[in-house]
Amino acid sequence: MTFTPDIQAFCCHYTSQQTIAEGKKGLKDDGLPANITFHRVVCTGKLQVSTLLKAFEEGADGVYVVGCPEDKCHNVKGSQRAAKRVVAIKKALAELAVEPERIEMFHLERGFHPEFVEAAQLMNKRITDLGPCPFKGEAK
Amino acid sequence: MIIADRKPLDEIVGMVSDAKKILVLGCRGCVTVCSAGGEREVEILASLIRLGMLKQGKKIETVEGTLVRQCDKEYIDGIDEWEGQYDAIVSMACGVGVNFIANLRPTTKVYPAVNTSFFGGSTDQGVWMEQCAGCGNCVLHLTGGLCPVARCAKSLMNGPCGGSVNGRCEIHPDVECIWQSIHDRLGRIGNAEAMNVIAPIRDWSTAGHGGPRKTLRDDLTI
Repeated sequence: MTFTPDIQAFCCHYTSQQTIAEGKKGLKDDGLPANITFHRVVCTGKLQVSTLLKAFEEGADGVYVVGCPEDKCHNVKGSQRAAKRVVAIKKALAELAVEPERIEMFHLERGFHPEFVEAAQLMNKRITDLGPCPFKGEAK
Repeated sequence: MIIADRKPLDEIVGMVSDAKKILVLGCRGCVTVCSAGGEREVEILASLIRLGMLKQGKKIETVEGTLVRQCDKEYIDGIDEWEGQYDAIVSMACGVGVNFIANLRPTTKVYPAVNTSFFGGSTDQGVWMEQCAGCGNCVLHLTGGLCPVARCAKSLMNGPCGGSVNGRCEIHPDVECIWQSIHDRLGRIGNAEAMNVIAPIRDWSTAGHGGPRKTLRDDLTI
């Protein structure tokens, strides 16, 4: 049985320019997997741990965050803060015996570039290989 | 303030594994300041407990709340707001808060979500250090304001010991020798001769070795 993971991506205003400019069809033509849902936030530094956890609660198999390069964040340290929060969630997932690599942080340049697509493809392959998230087991 | 750290998730999830609905209860006191058990941490822990239970194939309802403090009777009464909505309380307050709930709600199950660690302060963003041991007999006036009870690995009253090397403690290079710091500071404030005073054998009876301590203020009791 084929498995298509539910992947939720949180991108900042700058790194997500491609998603806004090209729309669904353009993104598909670029090679972006259709099973990735993008959430655009003003800055990844604004993302709370609880927001990312909620994505897992709502059925995500994988979650990733795309923020500015560490030393080039429009809001100075926003993407650094996001990266720390992603690490905190990785630790929490490990504590719950769930693969920490189900969440990832990417630091990318703003604008249109292949790395944005590559990040999506990497996560899609990784999560597909991991299989369904253990949180999705049927609750009794 | 009191510094605390969240307990390992498997320990917390294990505590509530038989519950169907829980109240995750934060405290706006010390644990909010040290980011262990305030409103934000309550939201995160509630989510992690739900996920932890889902991993076990179970579902749990969580109610989230945060009291002004959990170390005062009048604020504990605030729990009544969630009456009937939980089987057990997971308290994110320090151990005092958990004890207060247990004292005042004799039939309510209450579990600790944090390990209460020490009395300390934030020395840098995201870093907290122990500064006081609450020993009940303060000697800071003799030691330049730096506490040898809390900050010397041996709680020596006449330091430094032979393990002090270049201002560092022998237990770890990251740990300062507080007696070296006391010596340096006493010199800077013109009181170096205080180092020549031999402290007598200390009476530790105020430090909790004689059972739980109590403070009674007649001027405040009614």
